[in-house]
Amino acid sequence: MPDPAADGDILLGAEDIVKHFPIKEGIFFKHQVGSVKAVDGVSLQVRRGETLGLVGETGCGKSTLARCIMRLFPLTSGHLTFDGADLSTLSRSGMRPYRRGMQMIFQDPYGSLNSRRRVGSIIGDPLAIHHVASGAERRKRVQGLMEVVGLNPEHYNRFPAEFSGGQRQRIGVARALALHPKLIVCDEPVSALDVSIQAQIINLLEDLQGEFGLTYIFIAHDLAVVQHVSDRVAVMYLGKIVEVADVKDLYSTPHHPYTNALLSASVVADPDKARTRDRIILTGDVPSPINPPSGCRFHTRCPKAQPICSTEEPLLKSGVGDPPGHVTACHFPVAEGEKLASEKATILHAVEGFLAEAPT
Amino acid sequence: MSLSTVEAIAGDLPPEDPAVKGIQGRTPLQLVVARLRTDRVAIISIVVILLIIILAIAAPLIAGITGHGATDANVDTGTDASGQPLPPGSAGYLLGTDNLGRDILVRIAYGARVSLLVGVLATAIATIVGVVVGLFAGYFGGWLDGILARIMDVVLSFPYVLFAIVLVSVFGSSLPLVILVIAFFSFAAIGRIVRGQALSQREKEYVEAAHSLGAGNLRIMFVDILPNLVAPVIVLATLLIPTAIIFEATLSFLGLGVTPPTPSWGNMLSDAEGVGFQAWWFYIFPMLFLLLTTLAFNLLGDAVRDALDPRAERIFAARRKKAA
Amino acid sequence: MPAAHAAGIFIQYHRDAMPLLAVDNLTVSFPTADGTVRAVRGLSFSVEAGKTLGVVGESGSGKSVSALTMLGLNPGADITGSAVFNGKELLTMSQHELRKIRGAEIAMIFQDPLSSLHPHFRVGWQIAEAIRAHTSASKQDAMSQAVELLRLVNIPQPERRVEAYPHEMSGGMRQRVMIAMALALKPKLLIADEPTTALDATVQAQLMELLIQMQNELGMAMIIITHDLGVIASVADEVLVMYAGRAAERADARTIFFSPHHPYTRGLLGSVPSATGVVGSRLTPIVGSPPSLISVPSGCGFHPRCPFAMETCIDDQPDLIPIAAGPNHTSACWLPPDMTGVGIAMDTARQRYASTHRGARSAKLPGVIAAVEGAAVYA
Repeated sequence: MPDPAADGDILLGAEDIVKHFPIKEGIFFKHQVGSVKAVDGVSLQVRRGETLGLVGETGCGKSTLARCIMRLFPLTSGHLTFDGADLSTLSRSGMRPYRRGMQMIFQDPYGSLNSRRRVGSIIGDPLAIHHVASGAERRKRVQGLMEVVGLNPEHYNRFPAEFSGGQRQRIGVARALALHPKLIVCDEPVSALDVSIQAQIINLLEDLQGEFGLTYIFIAHDLAVVQHVSDRVAVMYLGKIVEVADVKDLYSTPHHPYTNALLSASVVADPDKARTRDRIILTGDVPSPINPPSGCRFHTRCPKAQPICSTEEPLLKSGVGDPPGHVTACHFPVAEGEKLASEKATILHAVEGFLAEAPT
Repeated sequence: MSLSTVEAIAGDLPPEDPAVKGIQGRTPLQLVVARLRTDRVAIISIVVILLIIILAIAAPLIAGITGHGATDANVDTGTDASGQPLPPGSAGYLLGTDNLGRDILVRIAYGARVSLLVGVLATAIATIVGVVVGLFAGYFGGWLDGILARIMDVVLSFPYVLFAIVLVSVFGSSLPLVILVIAFFSFAAIGRIVRGQALSQREKEYVEAAHSLGAGNLRIMFVDILPNLVAPVIVLATLLIPTAIIFEATLSFLGLGVTPPTPSWGNMLSDAEGVGFQAWWFYIFPMLFLLLTTLAFNLLGDAVRDALDPRAERIFAARRKKAA
Repeated sequence: MPAAHAAGIFIQYHRDAMPLLAVDNLTVSFPTADGTVRAVRGLSFSVEAGKTLGVVGESGSGKSVSALTMLGLNPGADITGSAVFNGKELLTMSQHELRKIRGAEIAMIFQDPLSSLHPHFRVGWQIAEAIRAHTSASKQDAMSQAVELLRLVNIPQPERRVEAYPHEMSGGMRQRVMIAMALALKPKLLIADEPTTALDATVQAQLMELLIQMQNELGMAMIIITHDLGVIASVADEVLVMYAGRAAERADARTIFFSPHHPYTRGLLGSVPSATGVVGSRLTPIVGSPPSLISVPSGCGFHPRCPFAMETCIDDQPDLIPIAAGPNHTSACWLPPDMTGVGIAMDTARQRYASTHRGARSAKLPGVIAAVEGAAVYA
């Protein structure tokens, strides 16, 4: 993998990206009654050739952010630059030329392929849309792509239903590769796949990156997978980025209490480590993005919350002694070696209480 | 992008031998055909429809064999000595004659042409219009959907027989007008379903994928979404054909459809007005054919719907088990 | 003498100790339009009271089907074999008898809680009804137990939440309701089918912890069915690895992770980032895709994807045989029993064995692999 520090060339820049989805009511005359603040002021840079991992739980806005970057819908506000061009306000047709440079791989290998079209025409779609190749030439290129991603080119005329989940995801990868993009946004590309197939796709993505100099934004909720593929990782919570760091720094010295909780909760496939680790308690569920908490959005569940956290929003900044590029949005960042409240004791207490009361 | 590196990349994959074909998956169409073949009702319906189509095609042939035209009043052979119509089974007249001595079999065969022509053409027009309108309404949503959906609601809630009577009496009755009127009142049924389907399809990830590739709206609508709507549209169209046939028969019965003496099942029924139980064959045969045709199309439509429904697998599994 | 006496009792106890659940040579198949789907093809395992068995495998390995079959939830399937729970045969039991056992003695948690909660009834009512169906508790008692159960599974404001409908809750909350319902009657055996797959890491961790604690307190046995090796690592005492409807390997959790024998187990471990290898090293996935259960490969079902396949593997189906690496460690593989472990050295040893044993690898293999690669998964 390329060293991100050696190459500071920014391929994609996002500045204060906001995406609110209006909630409308009324049968004849719809009026807005609120909005889902899916992405609420996100800034990040993606360097050429790197893999930026984006993690967070359901509803944190990571998929919406991916679609903002792909400009699949208009931004509520914010600036988006790609390879030097400002994409923030381009219309749908204005975006078209830039789509050759940025492509997307989707989560669902079943839903993201049109089940009524043949594989050859699905992979050839970008070539047809951008008038790159047609007829025999298109067929040749599609079959070449199929070979690159490890599919049998003979299966050109088959329907997606005739492929297994892993093979379908390869079809999605081939389609994303067709136009030689610079950036590929991978939205949970392996979470719907079987374990052994996940590894195939991850290896394929890594190989393609090396071969074609691709830049990835890799979205996943599986922290082990993100750790494996990423050079840098950004953690999202309720529409905001709470921490960004090089992958080693983030996994070894996470500063944001949420990152700590997330890392402690992720199960590792190692029976010795899995049983000895103490998990950090997070009370309650993720609050609604319609009415996000004031100040720091994590304060309602944070074991370290103080009064200031509910009034003043922390900004992403580098702590003392942090390596360059490690930024955290927290008033009271977790220091190395600091222990947060544990979960086991609390649950044990609840279980004992229940058994004492319940009739046997 | 060079493909010379293919082997390096696909290195950890097993070599695929093109000679060894994997298990063939089945396309949705193949599945539907396989399922329909196990459905006895569907097979009988298809046979009945085919027979009626053959009857319609062979109408001139039947006329030639019997020597009776559809509008020929066979004064000599078509009535008995007292000038009364002949009952079914009379010499040369399999289904009897009407009060003008016309051969009912020949008239029914020609009537089948009218019925099928109206049924298929009106449905085809309604389907095309309905699909286009429904796709635009469902895909774009917003004000366009507001207008188109309201129009379809209005059309569906119209007292269409009355409206048809007015239209035909203003413009005079003719076959093309009948077809257009029927198509006009049928497109909304398809349009509404297509709109609903398009609404849900446009949220699918494959549409998002097409969008991310830079596909335009028209391309997404007609290349991506439309193929996914084929199933419900086929079912609806199959069910619309009998409706159109009955609509035509109704108009013709009221004297607003096919103008006599050209035969249609509807105006044959209207000719039977007042004959009572005496000449039952005047109305029984057109009615029987009308019923057979519409029933066959309706049952076929139901069968196709079941065959297209993935949730119906249990029914087919049980059927297979019974057959085995 | 007292010591000897105690020892005698101990031995006696152990000899008499019956597993809580013993499944023997279970087969399950479904007739479909394309042919017979052989979902489970001769599966035997047992679960001891108070222990956790982790069943791991990919989709289509038969892990969920076997659990559903034991509970009589697979109408229309052709079933053979036996499943003895607490001395009673489950497979021949009438639906009426099964209903008495389901929920009260064996409870089940599914991946999708929406499929098991009735959308039109309040969750408190549903839990209370489950309690009342198996006990003589009064309505009020059952309802107050429901409140306590919701409190137990960490649902905030349980007094209010009992009044909620399933759709008013988040996915994690619904899964907690499911767990509450499953624990309501303190079952002897809890079968959890991908209980946390649909949930986020923080919620998942909380629920797994809750299940472990409940198990410790109640002494119930658990079968955790999952594809997630992380879940297995954190909860399972014993692990059963399934492939193509059969058991591939069975051992205690540490043995499975550190001294696996079956190449499929090894392949699974190599597919997971940082499972046992070094972070950042390349993953070693299993080639190909799981086979279609309509045409399962001959011999060992894994042979088309196995890097160590020998001629024997194509012709003969291996049974579980004892392996040296741990107590009760068994593996269904033709490789020598002492070849266990992960890592490159082990691989080389296996490769060498496979290439020398009974001649070279069969020339048939690449073709077979291609057939599986191209196999349709048509649902």
